[in-house]
Amino acid sequence: MNLTIASITLRGLLGRARFLFLLPLPVIMLGLAWLADSLGAAPADWVGPIVGGLGVAVVLPVMALIVGTGVLGSEIDDGTVVHILTKPLPRREIILAKLAVATGVTALVAGIPLFLVGLLAEGVRLGLGLFVAAVAGSLAYCALFLALSLLTRRPVLVGLAYVLLWEGLLGNLLKGTRLLSIQQNVVALADAISGSDLVKSTISTPFAVGAVVVFAVGGTWLAIDRLRSFSVAGETS
Amino acid sequence: MKVELDGVSKWYGNLVAVNDISMVLAPGVTGLLGPNGAGKTTVLHMMAGFLAPSRGQVLVDGEPSWRNPPVYAKLGLVSEREAVHGFLTAYEFVLASAKMQRLADPVAATRRALDLVEMTSAQDRRIETYSKGMRQRTRVAAALVHDPKVLLLDEPFNGMDPRQRLHMMELLHRMGEQGRVVLFSSHILEEVEQVSGTVQVIVSGRLAASGDYRSIRRLMTNRPHVFTVQSSDDRRLAVALMGETSVAGVDVDAKLGLTVRAADYGTFTRALPKIALSTGIRVHRLIPADESLESVFSYLLAA
Repeated sequence: MNLTIASITLRGLLGRARFLFLLPLPVIMLGLAWLADSLGAAPADWVGPIVGGLGVAVVLPVMALIVGTGVLGSEIDDGTVVHILTKPLPRREIILAKLAVATGVTALVAGIPLFLVGLLAEGVRLGLGLFVAAVAGSLAYCALFLALSLLTRRPVLVGLAYVLLWEGLLGNLLKGTRLLSIQQNVVALADAISGSDLVKSTISTPFAVGAVVVFAVGGTWLAIDRLRSFSVAGETS
Repeated sequence: MKVELDGVSKWYGNLVAVNDISMVLAPGVTGLLGPNGAGKTTVLHMMAGFLAPSRGQVLVDGEPSWRNPPVYAKLGLVSEREAVHGFLTAYEFVLASAKMQRLADPVAATRRALDLVEMTSAQDRRIETYSKGMRQRTRVAAALVHDPKVLLLDEPFNGMDPRQRLHMMELLHRMGEQGRVVLFSSHILEEVEQVSGTVQVIVSGRLAASGDYRSIRRLMTNRPHVFTVQSSDDRRLAVALMGETSVAGVDVDAKLGLTVRAADYGTFTRALPKIALSTGIRVHRLIPADESLESVFSYLLAA
């Protein structure tokens, strides 16, 4: 883990105006959960839409998208990545530092609110289940979006298409695609860890663990390989 | 220590950006000269390991630079794009470079590099508050912090005022004298003149000339020049001009007037008024036809 890269990445991420977009979504989710709870609604009625529909389906992937593409994609965009690349560092070290920062920040801004919602709905066990599942999801999503930053010039757009079209639209229409959806596997993990009736999934636990690992390792490996062959386009003037 | 290009070409689909270039850069300052779009940046990027050559070999101290990060321990790059982490101070920025280079004493190296580019007094201000020249110097400090044997700079004088230019030139000279391979690109002839003894001229992706600056400069000024002349009697003037030794050929065109190819600039421009005077022909216009830098470069390509 290269602390110099991690700290510059973190400062770059927190310093960008984009980072402010991270705050409203989790706050809205928490606000809605608190409102539902204080109005006396039964958790069985509001956990589905707020945790499944908003938290895992929107807050987690959108946070991961902003952060995951922000740690490397923005540096490629503005050219500052050249400063890191002209160092005798194994490319693995650069990607792992970026991934650690991205996963950490995503887990913080998406995982903590989900923990609080779980705590509110049922108790510590559901909160922890949601938190651990969110951390695993952060890792898988960030590895994917990090790889996208190196595979395409428009990682945010492609990432958004994955979240909206593949996970959102197809995941609802064709049940089979759910197996290859990070979102659905995160729900399965939360279900397995919390054992709560409020969060239910049809995907088996070993499959969910395997899928998350495949996304995380595959994305990381792809990103490292692409960074090794990173090209800067020729003549600019 | 040397940088070697051996039969290097780079193409993008049908577009050939760099065409079969071979050169060896020895310690000292070398200027990479050429018009915009000639392929200078492509060459620099291939040397710096940011582009794979389509054919041929790029070797830095005997090792390929593509997909070989260890090469950056002895290579420093100042790219043309003015991209810096604006939220860092110059000190933090250079220190980060020193740490990523895994230097034994990053703090001392940082102070030395900042001192070298005379940025010590402003080192604790954020980079986004700097002028263009200060940013450039900060980037040079970051590229120099590990004391590289090879320093590549892409258009380092762009956007600098004359004083900053002078300072940068002195710095490059010192680096070269210390036995480093220093290569900088430029599309401005005069910049190369002041810094460099050796030049490599690139035109349209090809190496057009290489060697001592003065001999190339002579080649450039002594090349044939083309003038367009309009006068009161073009045909009679053409006859008179053909008798002049500095004139290599004359074309007569009813509309454009005369197109005169002169062997060298000075002799012809001195001879023309005398001929006009002695023959009593009135010269209306005298226009040098191709004085652009591009034409100078393409002449070199043909030579």
